[in-house]
Amino acid sequence: MKFLRNIFDNAHHKLESKEKIKKFWPLIDAFDTLMFTPKEVTKSGSHIRDAIDLKRTMMLVITAMVPCLLFGIYNAGYQSLRLTEAGWDAGVLDCFMAGLPKILLLIIVSYATGLGVEFIFAIRNQHSVAEGFLVSGMLIPLIMPIDVPLWMVVAATAFAVLIGKEVFGGTGMNILNVALTARAFLFFAYPTKMSGDKVWISDYELMKEKSLAVKENVANGTEIPEHLANVPELVDGMSGATAMGELASTFDATAAHSEAVTSMFASGGQFDFMNSFLGLIPGSVGETSALACLLGAGMLLATGIASWKVIGSFFVGGLFMTSVLFAIGGNPYFDLNPIHQLMLGGFMFGMVFMATDPVTACQTGTGKFIYGFLGGSLGILIRILNPAYPEGIMLAILIANVCAPLIDHMVIQSNIKRRLSRLKTA
Amino acid sequence: MSKAVKIRRGLNIALQGKADKVHANANEAKQYAIKPTDFHGLMPKLVGKEGHKLKAGSVLFYDKYNESIKYASPVSGEISEIRRGEKRKILEVIITPDGKDSFEKHDVADPNDLSREEILEKMLASGLWPFIKMRPVDIVANPTDTPKMIVVSAFDSHPLAPDYNFLLKDDQEAFQTGINALNKLTEGSVHLNIRGEKKQSSIFEQCENVQINLFGGVHPCGNVGVQIHHIDPINKGEVVWTVNPADVAVIGKFFMSGRFDTERVVALTGSKVNEPRYLKTKIGASIDSLVKDNIDAENVRIISGNVLTGDKTDDKGFVGYYHHQITVVPEGDHHKFFLTDGWLSLGFNRFSMSTSYPTMLNAPSKRWELDTNLNGEERAFVVSEQYEKVFPFDIYPVFLIKSILTNDIDGMEKLGIYEVAPEDFALCEFVCTSKINSQKIIRDGLDIIKEECL
Repeated sequence: MKFLRNIFDNAHHKLESKEKIKKFWPLIDAFDTLMFTPKEVTKSGSHIRDAIDLKRTMMLVITAMVPCLLFGIYNAGYQSLRLTEAGWDAGVLDCFMAGLPKILLLIIVSYATGLGVEFIFAIRNQHSVAEGFLVSGMLIPLIMPIDVPLWMVVAATAFAVLIGKEVFGGTGMNILNVALTARAFLFFAYPTKMSGDKVWISDYELMKEKSLAVKENVANGTEIPEHLANVPELVDGMSGATAMGELASTFDATAAHSEAVTSMFASGGQFDFMNSFLGLIPGSVGETSALACLLGAGMLLATGIASWKVIGSFFVGGLFMTSVLFAIGGNPYFDLNPIHQLMLGGFMFGMVFMATDPVTACQTGTGKFIYGFLGGSLGILIRILNPAYPEGIMLAILIANVCAPLIDHMVIQSNIKRRLSRLKTA
Repeated sequence: MSKAVKIRRGLNIALQGKADKVHANANEAKQYAIKPTDFHGLMPKLVGKEGHKLKAGSVLFYDKYNESIKYASPVSGEISEIRRGEKRKILEVIITPDGKDSFEKHDVADPNDLSREEILEKMLASGLWPFIKMRPVDIVANPTDTPKMIVVSAFDSHPLAPDYNFLLKDDQEAFQTGINALNKLTEGSVHLNIRGEKKQSSIFEQCENVQINLFGGVHPCGNVGVQIHHIDPINKGEVVWTVNPADVAVIGKFFMSGRFDTERVVALTGSKVNEPRYLKTKIGASIDSLVKDNIDAENVRIISGNVLTGDKTDDKGFVGYYHHQITVVPEGDHHKFFLTDGWLSLGFNRFSMSTSYPTMLNAPSKRWELDTNLNGEERAFVVSEQYEKVFPFDIYPVFLIKSILTNDIDGMEKLGIYEVAPEDFALCEFVCTSKINSQKIIRDGLDIIKEECL
């Protein structure tokens, strides 16, 4: 400890003594404050201070994401192995190890890009590095499809941090959730890559290619390309689409197809209630498991980091909208059980980790209820009524983010009116 | 009509070093000082230079912009030093006592027989006036205003605060006389707010000519601003005066004896005090005379007042004019390693209102020793609805702060700046994750309001 302290003190000292490199202090400062709470003391006013700081707050959010992350790693392997004959008897550890490398890479790329941008801005503007990206950097890999090209992650992360946050003044000043900005960027910049069944399962494209090549080989005797030598073969008829994708495909489809999709959601099907709740379905890395999200929610609520008002009203909003649409009914999407509907896609993950972002949510208590309800109900509405955007939750939260200041404004105005009316009645 | 209010949004911080209910005489101070900086916004005009001889109660300086408000010397002696700061701003006017007990004599009179003007005149001439503060803005009251009420909070709910029941147990008559005098000054009534759930000594309960209200719950239930908000909130253009209960007794004694009695009991508290207790001294006594041989002198912070709102001082400083308490806590100027006692520690021994530390697993009776470390770095606002948990007003504190930061006067007025004082934001400052110095911001906002709107 003393040894570490000396290293930092020396580094600070060296930095300050040289005029040219002086401006790089945020680099040292960031690591120093990570290891040691500064010795800075209060000057006036409250002479003693609460032990909480932003670093702990952010770290608790990351801790709450750990169940989602661990399950995501397992599920990435599981979804991939499930589609090959060899993988059918894979154990928990096999799945976990199969998923680990890709997800680790995603996390590293996300943090390296985001923190890189943060450091550049800290040095440019001569302020210390704020902790905001610690959370965003973990959220981004968790909402990416597993097979997203890494260069896209770099582009999306850089865009999100730059345009989503730094142009507004950094952590605490942004109006849009940073991680969702990254996701929305990919969604609209590379739509063909981010929808359909191509990216949700690790190596799905390659496996499909291989199975086609093998068929060619059997029929015409063509060579199997070298890069597919070690790739397992896709079992016939296995799809890599997400639950939302499957449901969306029933629009304008034949009755037989609709029936087939509906059966996937019935008990025993690929997307039955239990699989959806546990998260054993294709989807973005961390968002498939409702159970893991609920564990995270429990942690965030117990530590008081996330607002129960947002989580609660978001859930109620979603439940309200699914119930209304369920009552209308008419196609497989509408007819899905409301609770089941909420377990699918990014609803739970968005509710627990995205909508609760205190910077982009409403700041007032009353506002939070409205904001959460708006996000939850709008998310389901977009998802179900517009099959072009099966991932409606992301868009709904971004819309709610944009509305949050307006909602706050209304709440504040009513408070002001109350104060003024006091004078009139008196 | 009497009100009973229970404050639920707030926080009690149980610190080590509560004063034992023992009266002791402090050492005779070698120096006393009146600090113009205690009276926010005051531009002092001195009556004499160094060497000027004074009696106890003689005018020491007056307000340049309101010459009727005079500030009196607490002892007889001579001005030995005038300490100045930047731009020759007067920080402390130091008086060395001459050991004689000579004092300015005024007529004895029963305030019940005097008119409002006569009471005003007497209090202004004798130097008692600065005891009366006004809301909004929390500065010395303007004698030309007529307040809609006068509010006295009979208890202090700050950490380790002195118990006014104990302080005033022998001064019931003086307190009543003081209340009678105040009663003449307002067109409304004098409100005396006593602690709801605790049995009060007879001195406050038996008080006459007052409106008694009960306030219970957690700190800041003793803050007079909170109490006003729940009795009859201040609107734009209205004025409320506030007086500390001990000072009410001083005002009473003046009318009974014709003398400005500058004696004051100060509670010496805090975890670094060896024997925390009540000390009898005089207004403006040197800190040195109070803490000598009674504190762990190694690296401590001496605060005139309480830990939440007091002023930083040292053993060469003086007790603040409005302070009835000295708090001594350890200075926190050392690094904290993140795993053992820093931000990523388990933190059973760290105090936090939030549940992100397992503070609540400690016994509820535990008394804490907190140091002055900031416990983090200053950041932009990130966490929301944190201030609201300790801010029992129908006001949105963060929005008010933001309106001040953007210099939006209209916004400040609408968001309720007339109702708050810096001390009401002390707990907000304590719990803030982003370590924002909100008391300072509120004071800046009040300065703007004073300049532009009063």
